[in-house]
Amino acid sequence: MSLTPNDVARIALLSRIELSPAEAETTRGQLIGILGFIEQLQAVDTTGIEPLAHAVDVVQRLRPDQVTESDRREAFQALAPDVENGLYLVPKVIE
Amino acid sequence: MKSWEVVIGLETHAQLRTRSKIFSGSSVAFGAEPNRQASAVDIALPGVLPVLNREAVLCAIKFGLAVNGNIAPRSVFARKNYFYPDLPKGYQISQFELPVVSGGGLAIRLGQGDEMREKLVHLTRAHLEEDAGKSLHEDFHGKTGIDLNRAGTPLLEIVSEPEMRSSAEAVAYAKALHALVQWIGICDGNMQEGSFRCDANVSVRPLGQKEFGTRREIKNLNSFRFMQQAIDFEVQWQINEIEEGRAIRQATVLFDPDSGETRAMRSKEDAHDYRYFPDPDLLPLEITPGWIEEVRAALPELPQAMKARFEADYGLSAYDAATLTASRGMADYFSRTVDVAGRERAKLCANWVINDVRRFMTGGTRDDVGEPVASEVRDGTPGRDAIRVSAESLARLIARITDGTISNAGAKKAFVELWTGPQLDVDEVINRLGLKQMNDGGALEKIIDEVLAANAKSVEEYRAGKEKAFNALVGQVMKASKGKANPQQVGELLKKKLGG
Repeated sequence: MSLTPNDVARIALLSRIELSPAEAETTRGQLIGILGFIEQLQAVDTTGIEPLAHAVDVVQRLRPDQVTESDRREAFQALAPDVENGLYLVPKVIE
Repeated sequence: MKSWEVVIGLETHAQLRTRSKIFSGSSVAFGAEPNRQASAVDIALPGVLPVLNREAVLCAIKFGLAVNGNIAPRSVFARKNYFYPDLPKGYQISQFELPVVSGGGLAIRLGQGDEMREKLVHLTRAHLEEDAGKSLHEDFHGKTGIDLNRAGTPLLEIVSEPEMRSSAEAVAYAKALHALVQWIGICDGNMQEGSFRCDANVSVRPLGQKEFGTRREIKNLNSFRFMQQAIDFEVQWQINEIEEGRAIRQATVLFDPDSGETRAMRSKEDAHDYRYFPDPDLLPLEITPGWIEEVRAALPELPQAMKARFEADYGLSAYDAATLTASRGMADYFSRTVDVAGRERAKLCANWVINDVRRFMTGGTRDDVGEPVASEVRDGTPGRDAIRVSAESLARLIARITDGTISNAGAKKAFVELWTGPQLDVDEVINRLGLKQMNDGGALEKIIDEVLAANAKSVEEYRAGKEKAFNALVGQVMKASKGKANPQQVGELLKKKLGG
């Protein structure tokens, strides 16, 4: 399977990752390599085998519905680049 | 001119009534200061792991049972990837290929009175997921403010089949669903606070065409009235577009209540490429048959079953039984009234609840398409939509009508006083307003004699065969008794005297 530079640009955009043309070309080569591995996996005959959602064969443990977290806003917001009135500020986004 | 058929499917997000979030131990209480209920898991600090809340799963099981759907013995959480700052992980944990509930259906009711008909709307699925945070776009020096208190709040997304054919059907479905999730106690139904919000997928097609038209999705409808307006506008817009030769393009639109219009959101081509995949942080969710049976045993009687029981046991019409089971509050209120008043008075109780109690539940007590919403007085403080006359009082009032103490008209006056006045006992109100009927035969006879003497002309006319004259005499007696005479008794006595 092959990827065009446009495919790479689209994947980068969806992930909001900025790639220079040189980086995009390197990434394209790496992605093609990964897709090659997946092609090999897909060649295995899996007829009649139930798809696996997780590599470990155990089920999810459930938590009782209790409030166990305390307010740590000050500690968390000390790490943020920009806050005001308790809000995290980010560059303007309007759909 | 071509006839068009409207096709609507709804996706509803019901916020589940838990104390803590779906994957973390943060509180979900409404109205906290920004980011005071956002833990390391909710804000997606590196190295954290989600742990599933048992109560959220329980809510999903209850819902699955209530709509007669299939509850998956094994379901899987998936990452829905998209980039938005109020979604700090860069993905929403949801369910995709294996949802917790699939199938099932919801009975909706259309029309009034004898014209009422029922329709079963099938459900595609219901799945568990987390809510995103909130973006505040106003007034932060050109920046956007992010509050992550809501991030991680448990939601059940309920998806219907595209089986509704008008805005009225869509609203009827939304209302039935709204009532059901509150009935089984999994959602508080508070639409103002966003606990119950709908997206409507709307398309039109020429009547008789099998294929669906291209749909547009109206997002975030948090009121039944807006839902109706938005769908009506959208349908007309789509028909106009097609009739003028333009094709509908799939889009997400928002409803603007001020203009009454729907408008396409500016969205990029890639907006819907969510790249779902199973979340490696969460193991498959297992729900055992034993757990399902345990939940089934604890479910309250469901609205459909209760409606059928009211029809069979109390002889109520389908419409009356449907009206009384439109909300859990109303149904419980009616049931308690009948418990106190007695089964033989169930029909009278139904009339009082449907006509009088509901009429009084106005003034901030109806939802926004005019349907009364019932909720009981809780902790002694009546809520905005509370019924201000207890079921016990209403039952006693009804008993006073059937035992002849007061007339129906007197009972209506007493009811107004009970509703609006200080909380008094029924008999106290009857006394205070002087509503007791004159059941003393002697006093009534005296009044009748006086009336007959004073209205010789009417007496003559009655004897000459004029029925109207009789009614005039009854009226005079009622007037002379200041409305306290029992009209039935007056009629009987008058007949006896005039006949003799």
